[in-house]
Amino acid sequence: MIELLLFYVFAAVLLFAATMVITAKNPVHSALFLVLAFFNSAALWLMAEAEFLGIALVLVYVGAVMVLFLFVVMMLDINLAPMREGFARYLPIGALVGCVMVVEMALVVGSKDVNLIHGGPVTSAAEGVGMSNTKALGSVLYTVYAYPFEIASVVLLVAIVAAIMLTHRRRPGTKQQNIDRQVRVRKEQRLRIVTMAPEKRK
Amino acid sequence: MAEFANLVWIVAKIVALVVPLFIAVAYMTYAERRVIGWIQWRKGPNRVGIYGLLQPIADACKLLMKEVVIPQNANRFLFLLAPLFSIIPALAAWAVLPLGDGLVVADIDAGLLYVLAMTSMGVYGVIVAGWASNSKYALIGAMRAGAQVVSYEIAMGFALVGVLMAAGSLNMSEIVHAQQGPFWNWFWLPLLPLFIVYWVSGVAETNRLPFDVAEGESEIVAGFHVEYSGMAFAIFFLAEYANMILIAGLATILFLGGWYSPFHGIGYLGPIFDLVPGTLWFCLKAGFFLFGYFWFRGTFPRYRYDQIMRLGWKVLIPVTVVWLVVESVFILTGFGPWF
Repeated sequence: MIELLLFYVFAAVLLFAATMVITAKNPVHSALFLVLAFFNSAALWLMAEAEFLGIALVLVYVGAVMVLFLFVVMMLDINLAPMREGFARYLPIGALVGCVMVVEMALVVGSKDVNLIHGGPVTSAAEGVGMSNTKALGSVLYTVYAYPFEIASVVLLVAIVAAIMLTHRRRPGTKQQNIDRQVRVRKEQRLRIVTMAPEKRK
Repeated sequence: MAEFANLVWIVAKIVALVVPLFIAVAYMTYAERRVIGWIQWRKGPNRVGIYGLLQPIADACKLLMKEVVIPQNANRFLFLLAPLFSIIPALAAWAVLPLGDGLVVADIDAGLLYVLAMTSMGVYGVIVAGWASNSKYALIGAMRAGAQVVSYEIAMGFALVGVLMAAGSLNMSEIVHAQQGPFWNWFWLPLLPLFIVYWVSGVAETNRLPFDVAEGESEIVAGFHVEYSGMAFAIFFLAEYANMILIAGLATILFLGGWYSPFHGIGYLGPIFDLVPGTLWFCLKAGFFLFGYFWFRGTFPRYRYDQIMRLGWKVLIPVTVVWLVVESVFILTGFGPWF
């Protein structure tokens, strides 16, 4: 009873937040609504006993990705008027993408394998394997899905290398600190002691 | 009906945790001023009540009476919401911390992950406060705090992975059970580098000195909470201190054997020291870390911002990565009494 009520509360907030992400006028508000949406979907996952996924969603998306997003959005001085100009032009493409997504969703929800009311293949993972969600996920990732998992990690590595390459190029004119030189500096290089006769006030 | 009784029981447990926590926070502010006063050869607050013991209550009354000034052109809604963003995760994380054997609000399997997720959300309070204030100093403070917290979270997460590998569980109670025994059985010894990394990044995560560039009085007035006054300001401080106690409690659970006495299981000494309740041992160990916070504040000058980033990315993270490899070798060879 309480669980059902909670589900509807979280689902309603999730839908509201997701709508506000695309309708809010202020980009910072949009980003914050996206955070709310992530948080509520994490809560829904927790209720489906997928606690690892739920907490990982909060940890990765809410705790790290969205913080960086907010950073960028806050630093930008966005003028809203030009952003609304292209609305009519991009409407057909947007509508097309939306339609494709709706059809895909319908295919998933309408398929025989998924029974939303009585829980089809998506029963709680803990029940099926008899161990905690995190352990079950870990054992599957490192046995059955070992290759895809490793390949995903290589893709991430490539992304890291690319990001480092992009910022590590030689940029003349930037003032960078050389920590080694800062540490190696000696008193003689910075300090000059001058002897001079004391001055008298007149 | 049973559901309702369960709900009442949960609320009772939360109240039993939060009320002592708030009292602890109030007296932390007092302890901090006294300890720093002592370090700096002065007295600290000693006028209100005997030894100044009523000072925190007087401070709370003062802050309650003050007006919450909302600056012009501030985003009113977010401005008032920001203190809540920082206090809610700070309190929510406490749900999974076992203060004694079985003395925990929610004994969940993914406890460690939950704590990491909750502490990672605390940064929103700072960022939103900085942005909603519509003030340059506040925004700069928020940016600094955000970058700092996000970078140190990585080192902290890796340190926690080390604990997870050693204990073989994410459940807080089981992590403590895995350290059962005298003090050399606790994880601080085999995971010494991770312990130090965790502690340093814990201090940085809570924006405390010497990593408090988010506030940096001498550069950006008071950073993200420069525009806040009265109770809204007090809530930021409540959150900061609740987080400090949380980090200290976590360090106790993860590295210093939680509620076990330091002589647990040694011949005659063990049973004698086991007479002291486990919660008291927990508080004593956490108190040591809290004293460490004050000690740092009284000792170290503030780091420069780029030095903080350098320490986080180029020292702490590599140390954790190397030690995780070393630890896997330990586990494979069954090294010492730990693995």
